[in-house]
Amino acid sequence: MSESEFLLLVRGPLFTLATVILVGGMLVRIAEILFMGRRKSLAEARGSEASGGFRVMLSRSVPDAGTFQRSGFTIISGYVFHIGLFVVIFLFVPHILVFERAIGLSWPGLPSNIIDATTVITLIAMLTLLIHRIVDPVRRMLSGFQDYWVWLVTALPLITGYLAFHRVGVSAGWMLGVHILSVELLMITFPFTSLSHAFTLWMSRWYNGAVSGYRGIR
Amino acid sequence: MSSEGLQRGYAILREQIDAPIASYFTSCVNCGMCAEACLFFTETGDPRYTPIHKVEPLKKVWRHEYTFWGRLSKALGLSKPLTDEELADWSPLVYDGCSMCGRCSVVCPVGNDITYMIRKVREGLAAAGHAPGGLVTATRRAITVGSPMGVKLPALQAQIRHVEQDTGLSVPVDVEDADYMLLLSSMEIMNFPEFIAAVTRIFDKAEVSWTISSEAFEATNSGIQIGVSDLAAELVQRVVTAAEKLKVKYVISPECGHAYIAIRWEGPNLIGRPYGFRVLHILELLDELRKQGRLKLQGKETDRLTYHDPCQIGRRGGIFDQPRNLLRAISDDLVELPGGGMMNWCCGAGGGISSNERADEIRLRAFNRKKSQLDQVQVDGLVSACSNCRIHIEEGLEHNHIDLPVLSLTELIEKHLPD
Amino acid sequence: MKPGLTVGETLRAHGVTRRGFLKYCAAVTSLMALPPSSLKAVAAALEAARRPSVIWLSFQECTGCTESLTRSADASIEELIFNAISLDYHHTLQAASGAAAEAAREQAMHDNYGNYLLVVDGSIPMADAGYSTIAGISNRDMLLETAAGAAAIVSVGTCAAFGGIPAARPNPTGAVPVSELITDKPIINVPGCPPIPVVITGVLVQYLTFGLPDLDAQGRPLAFYGQSIHDRCYRRPFYDKGLFADSFDDEGAKKGWCLYKLGCRGPTTYNACATAKWNNGTSFPIESGHPCLGCSEPDFWDAGSFYHALSTPTEAIGEAAVYAAGGGLLVGAAVGAAHQRRKRKAVDSHRKVSLDDIDEGAAK
Repeated sequence: MSESEFLLLVRGPLFTLATVILVGGMLVRIAEILFMGRRKSLAEARGSEASGGFRVMLSRSVPDAGTFQRSGFTIISGYVFHIGLFVVIFLFVPHILVFERAIGLSWPGLPSNIIDATTVITLIAMLTLLIHRIVDPVRRMLSGFQDYWVWLVTALPLITGYLAFHRVGVSAGWMLGVHILSVELLMITFPFTSLSHAFTLWMSRWYNGAVSGYRGIR
Repeated sequence: MSSEGLQRGYAILREQIDAPIASYFTSCVNCGMCAEACLFFTETGDPRYTPIHKVEPLKKVWRHEYTFWGRLSKALGLSKPLTDEELADWSPLVYDGCSMCGRCSVVCPVGNDITYMIRKVREGLAAAGHAPGGLVTATRRAITVGSPMGVKLPALQAQIRHVEQDTGLSVPVDVEDADYMLLLSSMEIMNFPEFIAAVTRIFDKAEVSWTISSEAFEATNSGIQIGVSDLAAELVQRVVTAAEKLKVKYVISPECGHAYIAIRWEGPNLIGRPYGFRVLHILELLDELRKQGRLKLQGKETDRLTYHDPCQIGRRGGIFDQPRNLLRAISDDLVELPGGGMMNWCCGAGGGISSNERADEIRLRAFNRKKSQLDQVQVDGLVSACSNCRIHIEEGLEHNHIDLPVLSLTELIEKHLPD
Repeated sequence: MKPGLTVGETLRAHGVTRRGFLKYCAAVTSLMALPPSSLKAVAAALEAARRPSVIWLSFQECTGCTESLTRSADASIEELIFNAISLDYHHTLQAASGAAAEAAREQAMHDNYGNYLLVVDGSIPMADAGYSTIAGISNRDMLLETAAGAAAIVSVGTCAAFGGIPAARPNPTGAVPVSELITDKPIINVPGCPPIPVVITGVLVQYLTFGLPDLDAQGRPLAFYGQSIHDRCYRRPFYDKGLFADSFDDEGAKKGWCLYKLGCRGPTTYNACATAKWNNGTSFPIESGHPCLGCSEPDFWDAGSFYHALSTPTEAIGEAAVYAAGGGLLVGAAVGAAHQRRKRKAVDSHRKVSLDDIDEGAAK
């Protein structure tokens, strides 16, 4: 396969396929959750489920001081990684153009060199998290193949994107194609792994908050 | 499936999965923060006490029964089914190493209510015959005798006589149309009968119309602790029947943590209908009386005090302000425990652990967490509103050679009633 | 054109001074990214180079490559270099026509068998020989016949190198590049639509001086195709700063900002446009405000819209996502309903847990 054939393949039908699997798969996963249903509580309410649901959806992103003391590394590294990923994915102009193509919306981006630095910082954070996952007894016990696979498919777009941007190694066309392919791999991994949390954590936070809202717990 | 027990347990676990649980298992990214929030992990360093790990049997059932790929892999024989051995192995994690304190549920960054799942996984373990012996005995006593500690009506009546003698007041029993029906935990009746005296005097001074029911006086719900909703429902029904028979307006849950959750929040769902009465925790009532000016208090404590929020009353029950309002009325020297309030550390003995001899060692180890908290403040007395917390903290302090009085909030309030 | 004279002799005969000759050699040396010390070798080699016989075959082409080369403004040196080769057959440039032209070709082939340079522009139709013939001979046959005695082949233009516009979807003529038909001769691809004039002559100079040049994976001389437009583009600082033109002639465009959003293929295109430029270094498409089309790359015509950025998917993924969502909801509802049924069955078949049930553990 030639370089341009490869680029055409990954920019064309493979991207469409990945989009279909991501969107369709996530909706199936969410439907699977919702259809399990939830019994309405018959106890006298002290507050509303919605007030708790909305509150926890936001407040759970802010850990309390004690938790921060104990889980500081996970929290900081986790935030650096997530925010970095968000910046790289959503604030790099060539990526914004992809969203524009898909949903018709566009927004301003950041200078490419800031994105570049952010990529490096994000990868460093990811590396520390990987080491932590392997070295820490709790994480090591909890983690299975799925957790490491998810790490890999998240790191690959960052690494290949960095290489494509800096034109390191093979020709630019191949690197761009490999980068896009790695993104497609990430997209199709979503509905089948814990990556779904990007969408379902809002549901979990809601369900959790609904109980505390109902019980009037602030 | 090999044994009958496993079949029963698996069938029960199948009934437990709902949308929240499906969402929780889908969202977990194995970050491990729940472990760092759990006192059984922090004080042992044993990763098996990681909260999300404790509910692994429930996760297996969810995956194999209610996910497309899980069902497919099970049908193709590619998955490892849940075994009786696993249920047995998980019993100490779920019953000894967890008090359902709820810290994991408020720490999880993706919002998982792991405590909710512990409650559900206990249903399966118990049905399979893997609940700890002590809890089984307590539940058997609760169902057959009416109290997990085996306290029968004559014992209560004896305590009531003592109280009437000491206070010079009468304790109303089976009074129809009283406003409030008070429940009592066996722990209070047997170990802290001063509580009954305190309540009697307070209600007298505040002119509260109240009663105890001779047919249903037990607050503790062993069914909740062992995790068998069928038995928990039976225990709740006794209270509901008695309360509705006496036509009371409110049922009061005493100084006991899980009793409050059982009667206030789980009860109607267990029996399948709303109550014909409302439920208050004793602290809610006392603070309400204080606000209405019916509970007049005099004098201030001279000792420096701090308050230990029982997990089921504070974090899981939402009652934070009332105890503090009451304490501030009788003390100018009140300090907060570092990391207290919503994020307070569990004493280590809730959720049935105190009835479970198998958990004795880990219970005392877990107490080190509470000890660390106390080490950070210089106080003369620790106040709480759960007799289970009190007795365990007393034991823990003694074990660590610490001399610190552990006080009941209600009893403390009673000391400040005007003569 | 007399064979026998060296390039140096020919140039002097046309009045090119030694100085002018060296100036050209210097320009080509630096264009090939060679160090200044190579100038002597380039000049000496060119000076002494025998004018090789060159046969230029034109197949399915637009003649743009020849036009580009011959229309160069300051073409004198290039033209002369052109004259310094023995161009024995070229449809547009030769004087002869008809049978005489074909006879010239055959003569050149015979006289220089094994040594002549074959230059090809245009693609070869394979679907039906009748799509393009010369003197009744199919392009394919003429190519195979002429290539047999060539020392090397230069595929000038993207059509000869990769198939070009005739090969664009649906490729009705079955157009193929030279390299697909000839596999036993060294082929130098000099793509571009058209290639830069000085690149064409530069490749010839390279061949005359050093023999076959170093080629990249696509068979293109690294000296001219070793770097991407993006890496040499003068607008690169704007790409790095994140400043882009959003549409033609908008504020950003007027300020000369990066044309990535307008579909520029610079990042994945290898050519010398950003350094050598066009019209003797006057300008190149990006400098004139139009995004690079990537014309020196294979299948550039089929690589998605010229006006959609390189990072964007070529298909309508928004639409695909909507269909996927609909499908996902349907499948999800079906799967969810199945789970729901199973749960209801489990709940309906609930068997009350008794004190005896929980007792098994206590017995252990």
